[in-house]
Amino acid sequence: MATAPRYWRENDSRYNLLGFKCNNCGRNYFPPRAICPVCHRKSVGKIEEIKLKGTGKIFSFTEVHDCPEELATQKPYVLAMVEFDEGPKVTGQIIDCEHCELEIGTPVRATLRKLSEEGPSGIIHYGYKFVPVKPKAP
Amino acid sequence: MRRVAVIGVGDTEFGELWDYSFRDIGIQAGLAAVADANISADQIDALYVGNMSAGRFIEQEHIGALIADYAGLARDHIPATRVEAAGASGGLALRQGFTAVASGLHDIVVVGGAEKMTDVSDTESAAIQSSAADQEWETVLGATFPALHALIAKRHMHEYGTTREQMADVAVKNHKNGSMNPKAQFQREITRETVTSSPIVASPLRVFDCAPSSDGAAGVVLCPLDMAKKFIETPIEIVGSGQASDTLALHHRKDICTMEATKVAAKRAFAMANLTTKDVDIAEVHDNFTISEILAIEDLGFFKKGEGGKATEAGLTSLEGEIAVNTSGGLKARGDPIGATGLAQVVEIVTQLRGKAGKRQVKEATVGLAHNVGGTGATAVVHLFRRV
Repeated sequence: MATAPRYWRENDSRYNLLGFKCNNCGRNYFPPRAICPVCHRKSVGKIEEIKLKGTGKIFSFTEVHDCPEELATQKPYVLAMVEFDEGPKVTGQIIDCEHCELEIGTPVRATLRKLSEEGPSGIIHYGYKFVPVKPKAP
Repeated sequence: MRRVAVIGVGDTEFGELWDYSFRDIGIQAGLAAVADANISADQIDALYVGNMSAGRFIEQEHIGALIADYAGLARDHIPATRVEAAGASGGLALRQGFTAVASGLHDIVVVGGAEKMTDVSDTESAAIQSSAADQEWETVLGATFPALHALIAKRHMHEYGTTREQMADVAVKNHKNGSMNPKAQFQREITRETVTSSPIVASPLRVFDCAPSSDGAAGVVLCPLDMAKKFIETPIEIVGSGQASDTLALHHRKDICTMEATKVAAKRAFAMANLTTKDVDIAEVHDNFTISEILAIEDLGFFKKGEGGKATEAGLTSLEGEIAVNTSGGLKARGDPIGATGLAQVVEIVTQLRGKAGKRQVKEATVGLAHNVGGTGATAVVHLFRRV
């Protein structure tokens, strides 16, 4: 079983949606990287940390029926690729949508939730999941 | 660069080989390839072994030395190297062997691939396969390997109108081909309904859209083309070799409906071979999921982007079609012992180009292509073969 630091070192970004902006080309990325994959060395010293708003749209999605043991109590669950308004895409679960119709393009927002736990006394993993944004009443 | 030929091929049956250990199947395939090449052990200069995850499947690392040892080569002290790139481990091992012979470093090289997947539970096997994706930013967030391919499928259907039935047609074709391959894991034909009524794994993908977990091994023997006729009458030349990488996580790709690594690896292989897609008669492509074959035949350049499903439905990839794809049954029906898969593709291509593929023989096959993918497309390896 893995030790806690393996997961802790990702937490800042995973809990707070910290990405980075390359001030050489203006592109946004998530999660943080040491260099911009477009600008390479020209991005050194020009990386700025940014906090994503957490809102975006479903780019693709699937209902997962065959899943790892630690997620068995959640199955079937919806897994989506979400495109943030700032540009980067991520993979995460869509929750709180038992009675809603999901489609590609459905607006969602990120929320901090428990992802899984490693047995009754093991590490509990937290991170982002997504909930559909309901259109405001007219 | 020297020209390189395949002079021997060998493989095991693929399936749940509970009576055999990892080293048993590795040696079985290797010995078959060496016998086929008419060489003796003391002529072997080096060994490369493709393997994804023996450490997790059988808790054994150090696979290169293990296979050399049980092949009886320990006292010869040959260089033995394990090569890993998830699902592309076998194809990449071939490329290492190819470069070693082409460069003049070694003359006779054995390249093997093996995986023993059924010594762990299905859930453990699924977890190991998911480690080909990004553990920290995909798997932890709930992604499984099939789920990531389901995201590709859903998007391909959305953008290009690919249908559930067209994906099923990939499995139907490959099972039909597998029914004519005595070494295939599945040797029964299926129908569209078999696929569309099987349990959902990750929508829209169902059980029959997915390649199985398999045990198996495959191996080939390489040597310089100008030496090949000393050993056998029908050497098959490796005329092109291309490899490319891409982002580890699917969500970082420029377009999830295109495997750029496949496109680039193919471009490099075709340029080296001075051939085009029109020259290719048979192709073994990486159909770990039905949608993967649709992407592959588009990205390799056989069909336009978005036309892969329609081409499959129209029978253009069948044994009698424009380009016969996965004549062995592919990963879907022949089986997918991960590290062995890239070499099993070569065994099929060489068997076809020698005209020895029996009931599934493609008439007058002269040029063949093998396409091996790691993860959801972070590694791709493409090789081109031609009858000499």
